[in-house]
Amino acid sequence: MENHFEMGLDALRQKLLTMASHAETAVNRAVQALVQRDTDLAQRVRADDDVIDHFEIEIDEMAIQLLTKAPLASNLRLVTVAMKISQNLERIGDEATKIAKRARDLAQEPPVKISLDLPRMAALALAMVKDALDSFVQQDSAAARAIIPRDKDVDALNKEMHQRLALHMMENPDTIGRCLHWIVATKSLERIADHAKNIAEEVVYLCEAQDIRHTLKK
Amino acid sequence: MTAPNHSWRNFKNAFMQTLACVCAILVVTPLLLVFYHLIREGFSSINLAFFTQLPKPEGETGGGMGNAIVGTFVLLAQAAVIGVPVGVLGGVFLSEYGGTKLNWAIRFAADILNGVPSINWGIVIYGLMVESHLPGYSALAGGVVLGMMMIPLVMRTTEEVLQLVPGGYREAALALGIAKWKTIVQIVIRTALKGIVTGVLLAMARVAGETAPLMFTAFGNQHWTHNLTEPISALPLQIFTYAIGPYNDQHRQAWAGALVLLLLVLSINIGVRFLTRDRFQQKA
Amino acid sequence: MPTDPNNSAAALTVRGLSVFFGDRAAVKNVSIDITAKAVTAIIGPSGCGKSTFLRAINRMHELNPDARMEGEIKLFDEDIYSRTVQSVTVRRRIGMVFQKSNPFPTMSIFENVTVGLRLNGIRDRKILAERTEESLRMAALWDEVKDRLNAPAVSLSGGQQQRLCIARALAVQPEVLLMDEPASALDPLATAKIEDLIVSLKKDYTIVIVTHNMQQAARASDFTAFFYLGELVEFGPTTKIFTNPAQKRTEDYVTGRFG
Repeated sequence: MENHFEMGLDALRQKLLTMASHAETAVNRAVQALVQRDTDLAQRVRADDDVIDHFEIEIDEMAIQLLTKAPLASNLRLVTVAMKISQNLERIGDEATKIAKRARDLAQEPPVKISLDLPRMAALALAMVKDALDSFVQQDSAAARAIIPRDKDVDALNKEMHQRLALHMMENPDTIGRCLHWIVATKSLERIADHAKNIAEEVVYLCEAQDIRHTLKK
Repeated sequence: MTAPNHSWRNFKNAFMQTLACVCAILVVTPLLLVFYHLIREGFSSINLAFFTQLPKPEGETGGGMGNAIVGTFVLLAQAAVIGVPVGVLGGVFLSEYGGTKLNWAIRFAADILNGVPSINWGIVIYGLMVESHLPGYSALAGGVVLGMMMIPLVMRTTEEVLQLVPGGYREAALALGIAKWKTIVQIVIRTALKGIVTGVLLAMARVAGETAPLMFTAFGNQHWTHNLTEPISALPLQIFTYAIGPYNDQHRQAWAGALVLLLLVLSINIGVRFLTRDRFQQKA
Repeated sequence: MPTDPNNSAAALTVRGLSVFFGDRAAVKNVSIDITAKAVTAIIGPSGCGKSTFLRAINRMHELNPDARMEGEIKLFDEDIYSRTVQSVTVRRRIGMVFQKSNPFPTMSIFENVTVGLRLNGIRDRKILAERTEESLRMAALWDEVKDRLNAPAVSLSGGQQQRLCIARALAVQPEVLLMDEPASALDPLATAKIEDLIVSLKKDYTIVIVTHNMQQAARASDFTAFFYLGELVEFGPTTKIFTNPAQKRTEDYVTGRFG
């Protein structure tokens, strides 16, 4: 039989997961809007960002309320981790919005003739987000730890894309404007991967009570 | 709720209330009657002479019960000297020390002793001190018998009062590293002191009126007593002697003596009430 | 770390302590090191033996004729149960404050504070006055009562009375102070004052406090011991016990799943 406090903790978990699915959807849609030059989709992403922001506020309020009941041990860790994760999810939402903005801008101009495998980078980043949230649900510390090194792959891809875009800009100065949009978009994806890594670190703290932020070799 | 039910209940209520009230009045009535008679018969005879003079020889009028009043006080003082230390220390033992079996036996004995008729006490002391001429009819024997009667009374009231002292005080004192005996004296007894004094005074009020045992220990005396090995007068004894005598003047003085005795007991009780009044209103 | 048996900063070392009432074991084979000049809290559900354990430390369980103990307790390497040591001596070095405040009702504030000194032979007025002020200051009560030291002790409020009892215990200058749920009979404001007091006292005293209030243990203590059914289940720094306990039973108790 759950008591009211535990029901409060469950409600917090549920809200966090709902926020997560909104954030994931936003990233998916933003990337799609970018690749398919879909301005309507881009607009939807920007509108939905308010929803994600609102979730962060709600989750923080729920967490503060739970803190007044002085939770201890694993409950305490859950509440503080929930606040951190919601912050990361909100930033992911912001990054998705940035991608959507660039998608809208790019769609208004002719496409750049450069092959960038953005979908692959997006898939990697999204997979990191999904796996981080799964590890939260499963309370699986090992799975969370496994996500952290994958950030490097996304960073590498980002660097590679920037180099190619830089080259293209030098060779085709008339594409500079559009290439800059692409640079911003890929940077946003790289940041999304960073936030997924942060979420994984929080999950490790939740499960093991170990703070592994800033400790693993970059 | 139907009307007849209601009024039957009301009637029962009122009936019981009236009955209880009447019984309460009935309880107080004998006391009031006693007062009334004593005051009516005895008040006029109370004068300075009554308190200071010796009884006149048979047949003569006048005189007083000076020696009887002094005698009562002398006997009470001796009774206190015997009864208070033994009774209080006995009560301390029962409350603060002792295994449960021994305590039970002592308490049982004390309760029986409290119920022993006073004349039995009288006869025992008569045998021990009077018949054996150790020292015979004397103030000492009278004091001893009253003291013996006080012991179990004081012991039980002391024990009860000490038991009322919360254990927390004992624990707090012991936890300060204060030795057990000092804890008992300086903390427990000190806290219960009013109650112990009350118990002693009430015991004294009780034995002040004992007549039967004094008849064959103190014996009575028409003159001043000069030392404790001589017989001594006491109010109850003198009242008895005069009341069954043939002279009206003696009867008059017996009434006065009874009134004085009642006033003595009354003032002890009032004194106890005064002592135990609630001096501070404790904060909630 | 406090569980190191060779810890030289341990004020009390307990080894294999068991306390029996008749046949029933209230405390079972407990070994623990209490760090000097720190606050150690003892938590656990009702009936887990924490009060019995506390009272064994200053030999107060001996007041119960059925009580019997086994094991060893040392105060700074001196065996407090050795045949040559009297319980009176132990209690002068290890003081105790109780759940229900119990200032002696026939005595004034001053008399209460100095009772432990006076009844142990110290009569020098100067010393008594100094110790009174010192103890009342340490108990955070001096400013409130300094003008009425001769007022009856029972005229103080509940929280003040408890602080008076703390001052009374401190006046005999013990090395260790044991507190058995000292704030459980008080309102939240008075409780907060007591907790604050405990934290400031640890500079000079070793304190062991039994509490059923986990938040109080979390607020006021450096180390926490969790007792269950007479056994010591877990002992460690308070932060660890309340953020990441090692034993599942501790975790369950602390998160409110039982008890």
